[in-house]
Amino acid sequence: MSSGGFRKRKHENFPQKRGEKNSNVELSSSVLIAFKSFQHDLDARYDRYERLVKLGRDITIESKRTIFLLHRITSSPNKEEILTESESKLDVIRQKIKQIAQELVGEDIYQYHRAFTPGLQEYVEAVTFQYFIKTHTLMNIEEINKQLVFTSEDDQHELKADSHNVSEKSSADGNDKQKQHPWSLAITPVDYLLGVADLTGELMRLCIGSIGNGDIDTPFDLSQFLRQIYDGFSYIGNTGPYEISRKLYTLKQSLAKVENACYTLKVRGSEIPKHMLADVFAAKAEMMEQVEGIS
Amino acid sequence: MSVSEVFVTLHNSLSADQDIREEIRKVVQGLEQTAREILTVLQGVHQGTGFKDIPQKCLKAREHFSSVRIQLASLKTKFPVEQYYRFHEHWRFVLQRLVFLAAFLVYLESETLVTREATAAVLGIESDRDRGFHLDIEDYLSGILTLASELSRLAVNSVTAGDYSRPLRISTFINELDSGFRLLNLKNDSLRKRYDGLKYDVKKVEEVVYDLSIRGLSKDAATVVGSGE
Repeated sequence: MSSGGFRKRKHENFPQKRGEKNSNVELSSSVLIAFKSFQHDLDARYDRYERLVKLGRDITIESKRTIFLLHRITSSPNKEEILTESESKLDVIRQKIKQIAQELVGEDIYQYHRAFTPGLQEYVEAVTFQYFIKTHTLMNIEEINKQLVFTSEDDQHELKADSHNVSEKSSADGNDKQKQHPWSLAITPVDYLLGVADLTGELMRLCIGSIGNGDIDTPFDLSQFLRQIYDGFSYIGNTGPYEISRKLYTLKQSLAKVENACYTLKVRGSEIPKHMLADVFAAKAEMMEQVEGIS
Repeated sequence: MSVSEVFVTLHNSLSADQDIREEIRKVVQGLEQTAREILTVLQGVHQGTGFKDIPQKCLKAREHFSSVRIQLASLKTKFPVEQYYRFHEHWRFVLQRLVFLAAFLVYLESETLVTREATAAVLGIESDRDRGFHLDIEDYLSGILTLASELSRLAVNSVTAGDYSRPLRISTFINELDSGFRLLNLKNDSLRKRYDGLKYDVKKVEEVVYDLSIRGLSKDAATVVGSGE
């Protein structure tokens, strides 16, 4: 409708075109027809991108909330309850990821990757954090991807809501593919690495937090685990993209904090009453932040 | 799976990735070289004497495009085709440049806007994503915008060379492009930024046409063209 208006205005603006050459009028219409199809394609592309950005943001927010929830575990007596709650929260996030997977049926995932990569990294952070609390090991990328395979049976109502997106797709084979395979979304190695790098920040907080609660054993476990991850990242070095080397720097700081905490526990743990340990570390953290500010 | 095993696996996939990128970069360098050669050939039309042998220059440029097709065919073999957008940024720039060159060539030959399908055919690639290595719409449009600024320059130089009818035809053409681009709802990205430059090209050509018509030169040109046809 509006494009018809454009065409009309064009002829008003350039009346000289109308009379002069008939071939030009023909040509202009073929150019305009081409651009109309571009308009259609680009609009579809940009709309899909926006929908994905929105889903990505929702995933980020929900993942952050899950992480906050999991941090409460240090001070809470009912660990199991928090873990089940976090599991249900992660299920909600996975539904969002499923929507992303549905949005990308028949599309090139890398074309839209930038729209939701922060969300996926945050999800990796949340899910590996929960996994660590449960098992004290690092969840690998295959296990994460295994959870991101969705079958169509588990909720039919979801299908209905998204059917208009599917019907938009012009290619018929896109529909066929969808019936044959369940939806799935694979986390890329880079997203996984960046998520794990963020995880170390959370572990550092968990470490300092558990000291505050008078937990003497957890910090040593954590420092052990963090060191392994740090070694892993050092092994990768600058093979990956630039962001990874940047995260490596932050990772080093987190590791230093945890190692210093363990050191202090070892040296002074016997001298200071447990309930006062928190004060010692609060002062120490402050001092270290000042040092970081200078460097 | 221990932590170190996890990282070894990741390292392997990352370095495989890096090898692919290295291969792509090599081919793209070759493509850039060829694109520069084509540009040098086509730039000749801005010379005063260049207007006379446009067809010959076009033929020469067409020859160069056959090596572009070979290079692009080898680029296709460097990575899995479904990961086109994963490595897109490596050849995005050179592909836009090649679109411009193809569009310039077609314009000089027939004074029409090359279609996306025709551009893809000149480059020896697909126009549709489903069929393999393809020409992205945004890259095509970027190349066309480069054409617009080249044509506004050509309008100026053709007046200097005494060809008074060409600016009028360029004006019609560039106005068509402008109304075409006005149909698009562009996002605030690089394509939009380049589109914002189009109005200056339109303005420049209109100024040239104005200068010609106020001096009665465009009428001469029109009659010359009329008698010529």
